[in-house]
Amino acid sequence: MIADLSFWIFSDYAVSTAIKLAVVMLIIPLTSLILVYVFLFKMMAFMQSRLGPMEAGPHGSLQLIAEALKFLQKEDIHPDNADKHVFALAPIIVLMSTFLLYVVLPVGPDLVVEDLDTGIFYAMAVSSLSALGVLMAGWASANKYALLGGLRAAGQLIAYELPLVLAVVGVVIQAETLSLQGIVHAQANWEIFGIGSGMPFIVTQGIGFAIFMVAAQAELTQTPFDMPVAETELVGGFHIEYTGFRFLLFFMAEFGTAFAFASIASVLFLGGWSLPFVDPTANWLNIVGPGVMLAKILFLSMIIFWVRFTYPRLREDQLQKFAWKLLIPAALANIVFTGVFKVAF
Amino acid sequence: MSELVRSYLVVALFGVAAVGMVAVMLGLARFLRPTRPTRQKLIAYESGVDPSGSEWVQSQVRYYVFAVLFVVFDVEAVFIFPWAIQLEDYGLFGLVEMGIFIAILALGLGYAWRKGVLRWA
Repeated sequence: MIADLSFWIFSDYAVSTAIKLAVVMLIIPLTSLILVYVFLFKMMAFMQSRLGPMEAGPHGSLQLIAEALKFLQKEDIHPDNADKHVFALAPIIVLMSTFLLYVVLPVGPDLVVEDLDTGIFYAMAVSSLSALGVLMAGWASANKYALLGGLRAAGQLIAYELPLVLAVVGVVIQAETLSLQGIVHAQANWEIFGIGSGMPFIVTQGIGFAIFMVAAQAELTQTPFDMPVAETELVGGFHIEYTGFRFLLFFMAEFGTAFAFASIASVLFLGGWSLPFVDPTANWLNIVGPGVMLAKILFLSMIIFWVRFTYPRLREDQLQKFAWKLLIPAALANIVFTGVFKVAF
Repeated sequence: MSELVRSYLVVALFGVAAVGMVAVMLGLARFLRPTRPTRQKLIAYESGVDPSGSEWVQSQVRYYVFAVLFVVFDVEAVFIFPWAIQLEDYGLFGLVEMGIFIAILALGLGYAWRKGVLRWA
């Protein structure tokens, strides 16, 4: 029995899984670090003619680490009337949803934690887990603002879940697979108008891409879709009662998920780690691929945050109207057109 | 273990790891942070005004119709994904069939629209 166990612990499977776990555990805080520094601190500051943080580290690059250390020292306040267990559990559920997203994201021909057959379907499923955490946080806080914020978040997340999922179907029709690696390979081998191979799906899925990005903006509750946290009316919404490190967990999950959504969009529409005119089985792509992917992710994140810092907040009824009367019919039409073209050509 | 079970075991491990990471960080914070609860600190923060009445107020859940519509379309998505993968093999037959399926759902959405339930009021 003991021999069996030690055999299992040192098996290739266990060792490789442990390495993958360690890498992802490092990457998730790192993604928040990159996005928060580059976009939230610096890009926003430059857009508003400020310098942004300059003190901690060169050009304030260590600011977020300083903030994390500050949050570690803050008191963890649980309000008297709060539903204690649910209150403590909510941020963990939200962060877990982010963690599970990273399981399927490919960054190179052999660089993926686990290339599940259900790939993109799985990613959509675990990303909606965060709605549950947000609703739990809003309810358990025992605060009227938090409750309103949580209910708003639930309404918003279900409304924008649909266009998000339906926009993906166009890509799946073209790629004929749900696996994210499969979708990258489909693009790396795809040619259109005699140009190729390696054209990204955005060439034919422009509408799907636009719908996906708008819906992702709403799923991430970034402005103009940030009514669940609206600081001017709900003073923070569902995370109003959270302090110290538990608040930081929400914050980390927000940016980790933004990074994950940008990578999903870059895999689906921009070709992921592959490059046009390059053989996708080449071994050197394992080294260059992550860089290619990161460039695409940062470009898409830039769009997300650019919109965030530019537009004012929508009203709740405008938000629902936009999803149900424009995005969902457009996504359905996109599916039909893609299907017709797939069968016709 | 089959390949399938193995790959989803990794998913389960990641879920456990997320909880573990949070537990370690919160445990670390426990040694660093002060714990000085006072009565004032533990009442709900509602912009500095003392909360009146129960915190779990009854409010109108306006989007229950949206929730019903959501279930309809989410189930649709479950049917569409397997179809989308196999479309090349089904050819025209699959296309027409899914066209009818989507048309029926679009009709439902159109009906809800016409009935005015998509108004947030």
